[in-house]
Amino acid sequence: MFRKTAKMLGVLILSVVVSLPALSQEMVQVRGSDTMVNVVQRMAEVYMQNNPGRYIAVTGGGSGTGIAAITNKTVDIANASRDIRQQEIIRARNSGVEPTRVVIGMDCITVVVNGDNNVDRLTVAQLGAIFRGEITNWKDVGGADMPITLYGRQSNSGTFVFFRDVVLKGDYSDRMNRMNGTSQIVEAVRADRTGIGYIGLGHARAARGLRVVRLALREGGEYADPTNPAHIAEGKYPIIRTLNQYIDGMPEGRIKDFLSFEVSPEGQKIMSEMGFVPIPSEYVEYNRTNAGV
Amino acid sequence: MARIKENMIHGLFFLNGLVVVGVLCGIFAILVFTAAPAFKEISIVEFLATVRWNPTSYYKPSYGILSMIVSSLMVTIGALTIAVPLGIGTAAYLTDVASPRVREVAKPVIEILAGIPSVVLGFLGIVLVGPIIARVFGLPNGLNAINGSVLLAVMALPTIISLSEDALNSVPRSFTEASYAVGATKWQTVVRVKIPAAISGIFASCMLGMGRAVGETMTVLMATGCAPAMPRNFLDPVRTMTASIAIELGEVPYYTTHYYALFGIGLVLFVITFLINMAADAVLNKYQVKVR
Repeated sequence: MFRKTAKMLGVLILSVVVSLPALSQEMVQVRGSDTMVNVVQRMAEVYMQNNPGRYIAVTGGGSGTGIAAITNKTVDIANASRDIRQQEIIRARNSGVEPTRVVIGMDCITVVVNGDNNVDRLTVAQLGAIFRGEITNWKDVGGADMPITLYGRQSNSGTFVFFRDVVLKGDYSDRMNRMNGTSQIVEAVRADRTGIGYIGLGHARAARGLRVVRLALREGGEYADPTNPAHIAEGKYPIIRTLNQYIDGMPEGRIKDFLSFEVSPEGQKIMSEMGFVPIPSEYVEYNRTNAGV
Repeated sequence: MARIKENMIHGLFFLNGLVVVGVLCGIFAILVFTAAPAFKEISIVEFLATVRWNPTSYYKPSYGILSMIVSSLMVTIGALTIAVPLGIGTAAYLTDVASPRVREVAKPVIEILAGIPSVVLGFLGIVLVGPIIARVFGLPNGLNAINGSVLLAVMALPTIISLSEDALNSVPRSFTEASYAVGATKWQTVVRVKIPAAISGIFASCMLGMGRAVGETMTVLMATGCAPAMPRNFLDPVRTMTASIAIELGEVPYYTTHYYALFGIGLVLFVITFLINMAADAVLNKYQVKVR
């Protein structure tokens, strides 16, 4: 009895030991941006269902972590919700890695106000002035005579930095409330008639009692609605960032297979289900010439 | 044999005391050594006396923590203003007025209050206390110092009630009996005899409650708006020292001025709580002598 158990145990251990290297060879490791971790994880689940025997492991940690990991060759794919920096490219090349970029989707930052607020359109310049604290009353941007209350993220958020660098090009007002996460901004703006905040498109779609503000790049320009896929596809919406993946050199084999799945219509359907924007045509072309997917 | 045992127990307790002192000194030393490099680049005057804190500025970083110190003190004072009268009142009610049955129910309920996680209270601050404050004061939102004060008062209450109750219970029976004997009413006995007799314990309970309020992080981080501007009054958002450390320490690049400056805030917080405790101790001793 004991001998039998021991034998079986031995076989079991042996099979695990033998299959471990095979498993790690088959496994594609993805690491990086916290914004992207859920959507890439979802894509990986569907991909593994479609392709039994393939393994994709997705972890977060931030865009910088992902890029560092691909430089150190500890992962196969890095998720980054920002573009790679010149410094990071140099560091990667020094360790023999040539970062190749694939755009797997877009992330829209939407600006929301309370549902009772009649302001439904702003220019990027007005938006910047509002969050810098230069415009402090809604009547200055075509609304009722009431003060503006600002709701933003805390400084540890990537969105805080992105919005500041793209829209404000300066510092946030000291009077902006620093909220602890996107859902708190949603709650606060919904409860506050004078509020304005910025959140991801997925949250804006799901939330009630909020008005999504249409934005124009400049005075007299067309006001684009981020909830209208056509406006985004035409590149009219001004606050949008690419969701990137970086790999070493040209993708091959199982990595290429997974990347192809991500940019395929099935992968892109998951992208929009998770509240992100599918790849616009210019980046479809870019992916084809740049990485062959 | 008994002698050896006695000595061993003596040694054990001595060691325990030593460990506590050692940990305290260690924490202080780490704070000082990690905060010190910050002051190579920031002058102490700028650090303590200017109001603008923006280490990740688009332009030039600034490191003034005055508005945070003011914010921390505001929510603490606000919390004590609410919690001290309420706490002492409840304690007096429980010891002298309530029937045993009421006491049996009320005591565990108060103890459960102490077990509510701060993040839950912070959440209540956003969805419940905030909207009420906004309506009462006619404000667009309720993320301000009053909200923080109310929540911190709730957190400090169990400490104040439990310890004040203990203090009131330990007032000798002869005191109350003497009071009744000369014809004093229940109200007069509680207010003029029992509370003055127990004042040192009650004071200690308030100080412990205050310590809880100064150091609390998550609740104020969630419910007070955290805008870095100098608060003009209790209806403005506040950003306490604890909240700033909690927000920024997770993302700060290590061994930068910003990193060292966050430890500087920690040091200031440490010194403030230390001074509060010292003051409490001094007052305590004075009153104790007076009562006896």
